[in-house]
Amino acid sequence: MNSKLIPIYDFDGGIHPEQNKLQSTSLAIASSSLPSKLILPIAQHIGAPSKPCVQVGENVLKGQVIATAKGFVSSNLHAPTSGTITTIEEQVLPHQSGMSGMCITLIPDGKEQWIEHEGLADYQQTDRDDIIARIQAAGIVGLGGAGFPSHVKNSIPANKIDTLIINAAECEPYITADDVLMREHSAEILSGIEIIKHILQPQSCLIGIEDNKPEAIAALQADIIKQNLNTQVVVIPTKYPSGGEKQLIQILTNKEVPVKGFPADIGVVCHNVGTAFSIHDAIINGRPLISRITTITGEACGQPQNFHALIGTPIEHLLQQANTNTDTVQRLIMGGPMMGFTLPSAELPIVKTTNCIIATANNELPMPASEQACIRCGMCTEACPAQLLPQQLYWFAKSSNLEQAQRHNIADCIECGACAYVCPSNIPLVQYYRFAKGEIRQAAADKQKSERAKTRFEGRLARQEREANEKEAKRQARAAAAAAKQAEKKAAQEAEPAVVAEAIDFELLNKKLSAAQTGLEKAQQKLASAQAENSDKVTLFEGAVSKMQAKYDEAKQALSSAEQTQQQTDIQTSADTQSNLEQLQQKVLLAQTRVDKAQERLAMAKEQNLDTAAAMQLGLDKQLEKLAQAQQALKDAQS
Amino acid sequence: MMLPNISSPHTTRKGNTGNVMLTVLLAMIPGIVALTLCFGTGHLIQIFIAIATAVICEAAILRLRARPILFYLKDYSAILTAVLLAVSLPPFTPYWVTIIATGFAIIVAKHLYGGLGQNPFNPAMVGFALVLVSFPVAMTTSWGAPTALLENGFSFSQTLSFIFSRPEAFDAITMATPLDLYKHQVAISTANEILQDPIFYQAGFTAGLGWLWVNLAFLGGGLVLLWKNIFTWHIPVSLLMSLSACSILLGWDADQYVPISLHLFAGGTMLAAFFIATDPVTASTTPFGKLIYGAGIGLLIYVIRTFGAYPDAIAFAVLLMNFAAPLIDQYSQPRTYGHKKAVRGLTKND
Repeated sequence: MNSKLIPIYDFDGGIHPEQNKLQSTSLAIASSSLPSKLILPIAQHIGAPSKPCVQVGENVLKGQVIATAKGFVSSNLHAPTSGTITTIEEQVLPHQSGMSGMCITLIPDGKEQWIEHEGLADYQQTDRDDIIARIQAAGIVGLGGAGFPSHVKNSIPANKIDTLIINAAECEPYITADDVLMREHSAEILSGIEIIKHILQPQSCLIGIEDNKPEAIAALQADIIKQNLNTQVVVIPTKYPSGGEKQLIQILTNKEVPVKGFPADIGVVCHNVGTAFSIHDAIINGRPLISRITTITGEACGQPQNFHALIGTPIEHLLQQANTNTDTVQRLIMGGPMMGFTLPSAELPIVKTTNCIIATANNELPMPASEQACIRCGMCTEACPAQLLPQQLYWFAKSSNLEQAQRHNIADCIECGACAYVCPSNIPLVQYYRFAKGEIRQAAADKQKSERAKTRFEGRLARQEREANEKEAKRQARAAAAAAKQAEKKAAQEAEPAVVAEAIDFELLNKKLSAAQTGLEKAQQKLASAQAENSDKVTLFEGAVSKMQAKYDEAKQALSSAEQTQQQTDIQTSADTQSNLEQLQQKVLLAQTRVDKAQERLAMAKEQNLDTAAAMQLGLDKQLEKLAQAQQALKDAQS
Repeated sequence: MMLPNISSPHTTRKGNTGNVMLTVLLAMIPGIVALTLCFGTGHLIQIFIAIATAVICEAAILRLRARPILFYLKDYSAILTAVLLAVSLPPFTPYWVTIIATGFAIIVAKHLYGGLGQNPFNPAMVGFALVLVSFPVAMTTSWGAPTALLENGFSFSQTLSFIFSRPEAFDAITMATPLDLYKHQVAISTANEILQDPIFYQAGFTAGLGWLWVNLAFLGGGLVLLWKNIFTWHIPVSLLMSLSACSILLGWDADQYVPISLHLFAGGTMLAAFFIATDPVTASTTPFGKLIYGAGIGLLIYVIRTFGAYPDAIAFAVLLMNFAAPLIDQYSQPRTYGHKKAVRGLTKND
């Protein structure tokens, strides 16, 4: 039972925008009719986009995997209904950037034919890893908005988590998808929560819900009592952005997620209620994530309502079912009015994270007013839930002072829009921060790029230098060889031929000489026979003979010069030995002098009966030792 | 159909800068009424002169700067500067002094620095300080006696003539402010003797006749602004606390120093605490910084009033702390969510 009172805390800042939630909660969840086509972007989650595994023209069944996860932080994508894949191509995505991305288009055949699937009736008896694998296979991502693959969060080792938090705050105005889901499917949500609890084994499980959803609170509480669950519904005051993950954690635990850290670092895992519902569906019924609850609201809608729609359903299909007069639509927002983004057209599909579509009319969300001068009134500072100084960040962003912006922790801005909401000067503050964040990212990327280029450039320089050095060394070696040859020639005129020759070198030269001689002889023979036959090849052979003669002379020359070099070297070597001996002799003499001096000092010390005598004795011993060494070295050298 | 691409948030609170300024102006009405009831219509005429000067100067300089004139005039910031300046000036300040002060405030102190939001110094106080040091005689001899002390009072047309032509009879209705009086008398007489002066005696409270009501009226207006969240409590509270602390700790002896009742309820203390020091553009912006900023002003007010040559000290105290505000901001950053400590001064991010 949950009679225990859970203390709640407050987070800094926050705002109270108009709720606008009642419009879409007057009716129960409606099942959307089957659209004529489904558009399925392959990247509907945080992480690597999934990889299409079907071909154009292929018939697929409802629930069949059509794109597989690429890596751990990625997610499978399933066919929301049975039908034919017609295209796999780039299309405009429902994304704030308006960029294009790979999408799979599916034309439903209307048969709604399921692929074979089976639930796990007794998940409690099933291995934890097996359940996580099933969640992963079902393509479940965080349905609150971020779309973080759920299996990743659930793979945190059991016993690491103290508190499992189920985010049911739904703090953004207009959105009621979670509210109606809780009203109508509280049992399934609680079942999903039990599955997550079974995986993570937390000590406590809290459902954080804003006090503006009394029906949902009642439904959950009734089911908790009925099933006698150890899960607590914690009612929190309505304040935006209490549904931000970091803020909800602060409200329920009074702990802050460390900067650059994760909730798991403080023993918390946070799941959205919609995600809990999908996990229930995946584990108990074996159904992958192919549909979700989406709020269709805004004044352009004749009847705002929540729809249970297939992922990939074009927005216009849902707008039609909400009796929307598309001509009056002024702005189409995916998500809430605080953090949602505008869409260029209603032909775009809903994705796994689409919790709300607002089609505005009658200036219900007026166009932004002209930006006035910032008067530093500080209302933004009061509103900021991250305890930042929004107006200082604004000045830094405006002047592109990225360094100061980073010092003032612009990276910690969650872009909730509370500052821009309260700004009396109508400054689009969040846009400035997005700009600055983009610039910072760009600068970091540029820096990395330039560092890589620098490394490459330095590598190239080093390589060029090395090559130049090698060339230079070769050139010097050649020059040295030539110089040696020259010196050798001079020396040869004076000195005797060398006695000892360098084996390999001489062998080669001798071989060359003999080969040249053989060639010459052969050529001469040929010439002789040609002359005898009086052939016209005589001139040819004469040329050959002269060539061979030249080669022979060359080889001979080389051999003799090599001999001279050898001789030179020998002389040099003996000179070296000579100087070496002299050096050693000098060393011996030096050592001798030192020994003499040390003996003198020792004698003096002994005479005066000094304490240093012992040290002197040691010094003398050392000097004697050195002398012995020097003498030995000299002897070795002489022999 | 191509729908517009607009960045979030898609909804904002109603209102604009003009509303903020207008709220502040409205909150000044009690103070202005009290000034008029206690000291005659002088301030109303000063307000009129100042607003006219400010609007003309603002429009002219916006034109020179090629800015949309009406768009900026509608933020009421020039008018607010004019009114703040006018209520700070003595009621019978010669018209040309008011014009010079307002013109200097708008043209030099505000627009030469880049206009609204860019000025490092409080424009009204810059204008006030300029004329205070430039025309000390006109500034110190223009306070009229509280109307309650005058047998016949003076009419609106008399007031006009005081401001515009300064007739001979003018001296008869001027007198020193209670702060000035006490400060000069305390050197030669005891507190009891000073309090025999009609300005204190008839008030029945040692803040001076009329002054108590003026200060209470500004305090009331200020509390409304606080309730309306136009500013936070930090600056007024720290200013009044530091001024009170100084007058209790240093000036507890009423026979030697001006007592706390005069510090708080005579002179421009409440006007300063709620309307001048809280000017967000020139004040510190961090919560902790605002406390330092307000306390600094309170301390400087006390020091200048007690040891300086001027009887009141709001303008100089505020301007001196304006200088310090950017530095205070650097050293008073709040700790951001998820961070272990605040980034202050030259320390590195964690």
